[in-house]
Amino acid sequence: MTVFTLSWRYLWSRPLATALNLLLLALGLASVAFVLIARDQVERAFERDLAGIDLVVGAKGSPMQLILAGVFHLDVPPGNIALADVQALEQHPQVAQLIPLSLGDNLQGFRIVGTTVAYPQHYAAKLQQGAWWAAPMEAVLGAQVARATGLVLGQAFFGAHGLGQGGMAHDEALYRVTGVLAPCGCVLDRLVLTATESVWKVHDDMHATDDMTDEDREAIAADREVTVALIRYNSPLAAVSLPRFINDSTALQAAAPAVEITRLLSMVGVGTRVFQGLGVVLLGVAALSVFIALWSAVRERRGDLAMLRMLGASPLKVGALLLCEALWLAVMACVLGLLTAHGLAALLAELLMAEQSLALSGWQWVHTVVWVPVLALGVALLAAGLPALSAYRLDVMPLLNSR
Amino acid sequence: MIQARGVAFAYPAGQLLCFDDVSVEQGGTLLLRGPSGSGKSTWLALVAGLLTPSAGVLRVADQDLAALNRSARDHWRARHVGFLPQKLHLSDALTVADNLALVYFAAGLPVDRSAIAQGLAALGVADLANRKPTQLSGGQAQRVALARALLLRPRVVLVDEPTASLDDAACATALQRLQRSAQACGATLVVATHDARVLQALPQAQVLAFHASAVGAAA
Repeated sequence: MTVFTLSWRYLWSRPLATALNLLLLALGLASVAFVLIARDQVERAFERDLAGIDLVVGAKGSPMQLILAGVFHLDVPPGNIALADVQALEQHPQVAQLIPLSLGDNLQGFRIVGTTVAYPQHYAAKLQQGAWWAAPMEAVLGAQVARATGLVLGQAFFGAHGLGQGGMAHDEALYRVTGVLAPCGCVLDRLVLTATESVWKVHDDMHATDDMTDEDREAIAADREVTVALIRYNSPLAAVSLPRFINDSTALQAAAPAVEITRLLSMVGVGTRVFQGLGVVLLGVAALSVFIALWSAVRERRGDLAMLRMLGASPLKVGALLLCEALWLAVMACVLGLLTAHGLAALLAELLMAEQSLALSGWQWVHTVVWVPVLALGVALLAAGLPALSAYRLDVMPLLNSR
Repeated sequence: MIQARGVAFAYPAGQLLCFDDVSVEQGGTLLLRGPSGSGKSTWLALVAGLLTPSAGVLRVADQDLAALNRSARDHWRARHVGFLPQKLHLSDALTVADNLALVYFAAGLPVDRSAIAQGLAALGVADLANRKPTQLSGGQAQRVALARALLLRPRVVLVDEPTASLDDAACATALQRLQRSAQACGATLVVATHDARVLQALPQAQVLAFHASAVGAAA
């Protein structure tokens, strides 16, 4: 029989109060932990998808929309840009690499992205089966796309017009699957990749009429467009001059993802602070409730505790007994709270995945969560402090005063 | 063995309580007699080492209590003093056996389950080991509490008002049992009581009388 086992027995001698306190503490800790986990996961997902993209170039409009559409594929793009402008930009001395993306069609809500092989290579994506596209109308599926659509190598599919689910099917846009990507936990998982020329071809065909002359076709070819261009800088110095150059002297818009993400997270930050505030309030209530429970336990068990002193237990031991009860609560609430928080994060990840949004993982260890046990211990010790002190100072004399 | 010479205790409020000298040999029986508030509890607390005398010499079980500091007295009390309070104070959160195990916990010793079983058997309550104190009758509970007091074979057993709620027949058996049990482990028995039946049942016991007048403005 130790302080630990005995305090455990005392704790569960009042099962209802203990369960309620446990619930309160666990809920408070869960909401604090959930915010920490979710924020970390969202930041991580953003960072992974950003993967060193320094600048996103697209049509004039909202820079955040451009980033959300071009990098994370969460929003619609502001418009298209002329291929000629992009090609000119590619020659700019401060541009190390430029990856063009052409959007416009989808497969069951998964975006079909016309690009070059440089795009998957930028994310170091590996093929699980098959090969990269070699010709227009060949497509490589992201891991989530392959799982959701059930398409396998060699099968064909029609692209649908637009970026969301539904949209008119292009009868002429018949793609063939040549490869499937291994899961990367990044944006590629939910994309269908193909050659830029595929997207052009689909839309050329859509606008083409039978009586078009070769001249007309050339005119269309001269008007080629892409949707966005992802740029890596040659040197960090480019960050100072290149965006300004693009925004001021071309018809294009340049947006720095790092800046826009910081802005986005600070906007979302209000929501997370509210949620975290709620968690802190819950923890406060839990602390109060644990305090009341322990305080009444000391009063109820005054005789038992005095008897322990009479049996030779030191005041320290009697006080430790009370502290230990709070400690047990903290440990159990911590485990419960963390499980709940990770479970909720996993649920959130499922929901986002079903919506073809950010790729999160609920069960990943997040190092900031070490604060949760610290918080739990802090709350428990705070609540147990006064009861433990009163147990420590317990007067044994009333036990001897027979009345 | 208990020897008290010139023992006095000063309450924090300032009143001074002086006690008569007494000397009980090891294995003897001492009755503390007097009305409530006459200082019996204080004397018990002094003998148990819970309070420190402000004057005089108090030797209990060959130990001069003044020579021990507070934590040493806790330790000494755990090993050498058994205590049977009037309200018994068995914990309802624990079984009967675990209530006895508290003795080891308090003394910082490893729990000896076979000693607990023997202790309960010696008082005829071995079959109650797994019950909760709320499921015991008054008599059973008192035996369990006595088993707890005797578990570590103390040199001194302090008993507070053991007969307050008992009828005459039960009173006689309870006192006999007390004396027999204390003798069985060679302990000095101290019984604080204001019950005249106790004096009749224990005729050979020494008596230390407490008078309300001796207290002055009693606490």
